[in-house]
Amino acid sequence: MKKSLQENHRENQNVPVSYHCVCRHLLELLRRTAIHGESNSVLIVGPRGAGKTMLLQCVLRDLQKEEKVQKNLLQVHLSGLLQTDDRTALKEITRQLHLENVVGDKVFGSFAENLAFLLEALKKGNRSSSCPVLFVLDEFDLFAHHKNQTLLYNLFDVSQSAQAPIAVVGVTCRLDVLELLEKRVKSRFSHRQIHLLSSLNFTQYLERVWTQLSLPDSFPDKKFAQEWNAGVKTLCEDKSVEEVLQRHFNSSKDFRSLHMLLMLCLSRVSVAKPTIKPADLLEASRMCFADATANMLHGLSILELCLVIAIKHLNDVYEGEPFNLQMVHNEFKKFLHRKSNSMYNFEQPVVMKAFEHLQQLELIRPVDGSSAKVQREYQLMRLTLDHSQIMDALQKYPQCPTDVKQWAMSAFG
Amino acid sequence: MKYFTRMKIRRVYEWSGRARSFNRRLKTHDYDSFAISVEGLSKIIINTGQHILIEGYDEDNPYVAKVTRLYGDENGQQMKAVVQWFMRVSELPVNKLKLLGREPHPQEIFYYECRNCDNEVNVESILRPVKVKHLDSNDPFPDSSDKDTLYVKLSWDSKVFGVVNSTVMESPAEPAPASSPPSCLKPSLPISPSCSQSAATPRGPSRRVLPTPDHAIMQKASLGEVGCSSVGTPANVEAESLHSATKLSASKCLSAKRRNATARTPGVRKRLELSSPDKSVTGEEVLSQLLNEELESKVTLTRRLPPSAAHPLPVTHSLTPLRKAHRPTGARCGVPSSVFLNKLSDSDSPLSPAKDDSTRATTVSQKKELKTIKEPVLSVLAEVENEKSPMVTETPRSSKRKSAMVVSSRIKKQLNLLENDQDLNSSGEEEDEFVPSKNDLLSSSEEEGQDEDGPNIDDQVSAKKFRYVATGSGNSRSKRKSYSSARTQRRTPAKKISPGTPKTPRHATPSIPIRSLQTQQPANILEEARARLHVSSVPESLPCREQEFQDIYSFVESKIIDNTGGCMYISGVPGTGKTATVHEVIRCLQHAADMDEIPSFHFIEINGMKMTDPHQAYVQILQKLTGQKATPDHAAVLLEKRFSNLAPRKETIVMLVDELDLLWTRKQNVMYNLFDWPTRRHARLVVLTIANTMDLPERIMINRVASRLGLTRMSFQPYSFKQLQEIIMSRLNKLKAFEEDALQLVSRKVAALSGDARRCLDICRRATEICEHSAADPSSTGLVGMSHVMEALNEMFSSAYITAIRCASTQEQLFLRAAIAEFRRLGLEEATFQQVFVQHQALCRIEGLRPIGVSEGLAVCQRLGACRLLLLEPSHLGVLQHIRLNVSQDDIFYALKAD
Repeated sequence: MKKSLQENHRENQNVPVSYHCVCRHLLELLRRTAIHGESNSVLIVGPRGAGKTMLLQCVLRDLQKEEKVQKNLLQVHLSGLLQTDDRTALKEITRQLHLENVVGDKVFGSFAENLAFLLEALKKGNRSSSCPVLFVLDEFDLFAHHKNQTLLYNLFDVSQSAQAPIAVVGVTCRLDVLELLEKRVKSRFSHRQIHLLSSLNFTQYLERVWTQLSLPDSFPDKKFAQEWNAGVKTLCEDKSVEEVLQRHFNSSKDFRSLHMLLMLCLSRVSVAKPTIKPADLLEASRMCFADATANMLHGLSILELCLVIAIKHLNDVYEGEPFNLQMVHNEFKKFLHRKSNSMYNFEQPVVMKAFEHLQQLELIRPVDGSSAKVQREYQLMRLTLDHSQIMDALQKYPQCPTDVKQWAMSAFG
Repeated sequence: MKYFTRMKIRRVYEWSGRARSFNRRLKTHDYDSFAISVEGLSKIIINTGQHILIEGYDEDNPYVAKVTRLYGDENGQQMKAVVQWFMRVSELPVNKLKLLGREPHPQEIFYYECRNCDNEVNVESILRPVKVKHLDSNDPFPDSSDKDTLYVKLSWDSKVFGVVNSTVMESPAEPAPASSPPSCLKPSLPISPSCSQSAATPRGPSRRVLPTPDHAIMQKASLGEVGCSSVGTPANVEAESLHSATKLSASKCLSAKRRNATARTPGVRKRLELSSPDKSVTGEEVLSQLLNEELESKVTLTRRLPPSAAHPLPVTHSLTPLRKAHRPTGARCGVPSSVFLNKLSDSDSPLSPAKDDSTRATTVSQKKELKTIKEPVLSVLAEVENEKSPMVTETPRSSKRKSAMVVSSRIKKQLNLLENDQDLNSSGEEEDEFVPSKNDLLSSSEEEGQDEDGPNIDDQVSAKKFRYVATGSGNSRSKRKSYSSARTQRRTPAKKISPGTPKTPRHATPSIPIRSLQTQQPANILEEARARLHVSSVPESLPCREQEFQDIYSFVESKIIDNTGGCMYISGVPGTGKTATVHEVIRCLQHAADMDEIPSFHFIEINGMKMTDPHQAYVQILQKLTGQKATPDHAAVLLEKRFSNLAPRKETIVMLVDELDLLWTRKQNVMYNLFDWPTRRHARLVVLTIANTMDLPERIMINRVASRLGLTRMSFQPYSFKQLQEIIMSRLNKLKAFEEDALQLVSRKVAALSGDARRCLDICRRATEICEHSAADPSSTGLVGMSHVMEALNEMFSSAYITAIRCASTQEQLFLRAAIAEFRRLGLEEATFQQVFVQHQALCRIEGLRPIGVSEGLAVCQRLGACRLLLLEPSHLGVLQHIRLNVSQDDIFYALKAD
């Protein structure tokens, strides 16, 4: 059943209604390349999780269904994260176009040869006779950081000249991606941009939750499916659940985070407990929103915690100026003097060790530019925690000594 | 040749007779005649009214003029003559020769009517008298046996040709001295037309040296007016063509050969073979092909031997079966052949009255290759012509004229046959029947080409590229046979040929696989318009760049004609047609070179963006020049040698360096070399460089580089809206797809923004798409209107920031507001996350939302950063990272207020 729902997740990646227009646009564009041999270039821009890749995959799926296109389109998929420079990108293109057999056993020579080879290949073709090639550049903005933007220039140049028909589809989340392009590269780009910006509201969001969770009709156990779907319906109507979802919606409209939340809920379902309870969702939401760094504080020793508190006081006093170990230690000593309690009497090396541990956890980090020559005691540091995080952590810290807590609460060191 | 020796002879000029009259005001004496006395020769007396030759720049072609008046100053120191100028054919502007409508006779001169020319010359510059005959404009030129007579038919007033009335031309025709200068059109060519008949014999097996009459006659034959009587003045035609044949200099032959060689890269051949419409070859046909090819190989073998008179027999022997082989097939294709020939004659003959047949055939077939296979039969015929021409050259030179006549009449007959048969035969099967023979011819012509290249060892391109042929063609026929049989195997029905055939893996040129389905032709007006508006579609002409075109053209042309080198720097923002204009210039020049108006040249192109490293420029140049591969350092050395030494090569090289700024290196030696080579004496290199910035030479070049680049600069201004409009209109070419206003809007908008023609075309293309989508709407007119253009413009130019902000989640919007609030508080445009986050918490409370945790806040911040609404420092800094806005605060307010 879980498996079915997970599949449901995957299969449900149909294009939302709001995207149908752009979907048709893109489909038309690519179809023209495939059938008419018209070269095109287009950018799909949208925030992360807006469904750019999903849209492209839907379009390609639809495109492949058409018989005319099916045998007529070569695809090359590149990702800016994988092909970090033009050299690797060119190799990948050659591999995906199955052109290596041309050179036979000969190991590909230099980068320059490779480029010349590929350009030659593309130049050979013409609009009516050669097979159109679809270049999909994922994380397009990263390609713009390649040296001289050679790859982009050449791809766009081919798409703007009477050579083999190609379609270049760039996928990126940067809205300012065009500003990254050099002037001459930019001029060769057709300036078609498809902006994917989801303007969905909360009711649509809830609907989405519902469709994601409900079982399809094709589910083998009909009775269970009915029960389950009824359960999901009541879940969606629950006030607290709605509140949680609203909070998620406020935080981001990204469906990925929603899927994450729902998967956490689903993982709590078992044979003994075949429905999702609102409590499950709340728990899952809590996990999603949990503050990672604050959680880290829970694992600190008392001494380290005391140091953190000392740092906090220092920050209050000096208004966020950097500090060093000596200052922190002095602050800590002041606290000890006030309490006249030997319980926390630590040697300097021990304090230093604790301080280094904090640094390893990246709760504090050295100020940029402070040279390594400075003795460790005097190296300037900054706290990478917010005060609220410290206070939260203190509240939840198991068996926190009251005096330490009070010290933390008190306004003066 | 005699003329040169005579030049060295000192001449003495003196008045003969007494002064006829004395002009008191100008103090000049008028004379009737003067005498030129040359040492060792008798005096030559020149009277007024006589035609003379006057010394000019061109030693082989002295100016022709008629003396109208002779006078000297009082003390007889200065001797002046007032003359009426005549223009030689070679002095006419090449592009104006087309106006003549016929082939100019080599000894034809034109009465020069232009008055703005200084018609006073020093008598000392007069060489000797010459005989000039006036002919009626309809008369044929007399037999060319009298070589020292010049003929005047028409006048020339620097714009149009006119008829000369005979009164102007009346002159006392005096016998000229023994030899008048040979009127050779090319000064670089030592062979004059007068001696061409004998001189042609020792000139190797080049099939370029070929009389044209077969073309002229074939043309007539195709028009149906066959018959010896209707051919007109065959002798005349032949004489002219003979001359035109010799016009092709040795360098021209070489260049043509080279062009041939480049046209025969494996890829092209592959395409050629692919382009044959029908791949089904029956066994019988294969057999006959093999047979034919064997025969051809025999032909080519014999051809490889020096074409002396000792080998007439094998030629004729192999000639006949071949002819048989394609006569029956050729006989079927009556209609297309005539179409082709008509077309040929229509398109080419007025422009190039005389041009050798085979070049034309190859150029036509090259064009065909580009156009792929729409008219396969036509290209076949081109090959037929091509095929026949070499046979003619095989015959001994002494009987050349006769054999040419024989062949031409044979062709005539054959074509006549075709004409007659055309009614009888349905055109259904002719293509099927014809294809094998086409392949034959293709392959045979290829092989010929290769054979020609074989002996020509210094031509490194071909030698390297066709090494296997060069080694194989010499001795073994069996090898050739296997080669050809391998090719027949390749000609199997399978249409898709994998890019690399096992034949030559070393030099395999890759190509994208051939598509399995045909491209669809545009179906409606909008699609048609879209196809035409695509940037890639090459327009017939480039409107609005006439001035730049002219400048570049004249620059390159003058360099080519003068055989010198030079640099030119072209700048302009992207999309202003720099590269396109240069290409257009080169295309025109190539055409002119093909027409023999200017010396041929070699064009190579490199692009700074299309190489990985500036030093790769050397490699690419070398490869394009010679086909050699080398490392950058080695290539630099080779090129250095090539450009600094006096090479046997005769051609000017025109090099286009696109995106020059990419060739910048720290020591700038790539640029330095590029600009230094043209200054070498023997380099004959013209470098055209293109870059975007106008002040590139000043900005990035060190002085010695900038100085070598010189000051020949040109900048392409961005297009104005009128020009953009004109460009679109010319592209659409009367295709009614746009409303007038819509076009104007696009061009105004683009002109205001960038003046980039590419942008303009892209917008128009997008607008047609939008129009197509909205075509279902009954109110639409089918034309692209304002609304569509507006939509396209909005799509392309509107920034997505505002919509992006509107579509962001609540927390993201809050974070942006928090950031602005924090910036206001700090009075800075930058804050750390921690600071902004405090504001964010406060805002959350105000808005009645539950405050979010730091992790969540960071996630929100990162999402905004990914969209580049915010600019962030690397995320490992956590809460300490600095935040800046990438959008103006007003935009954010605007976007958020509208909710």
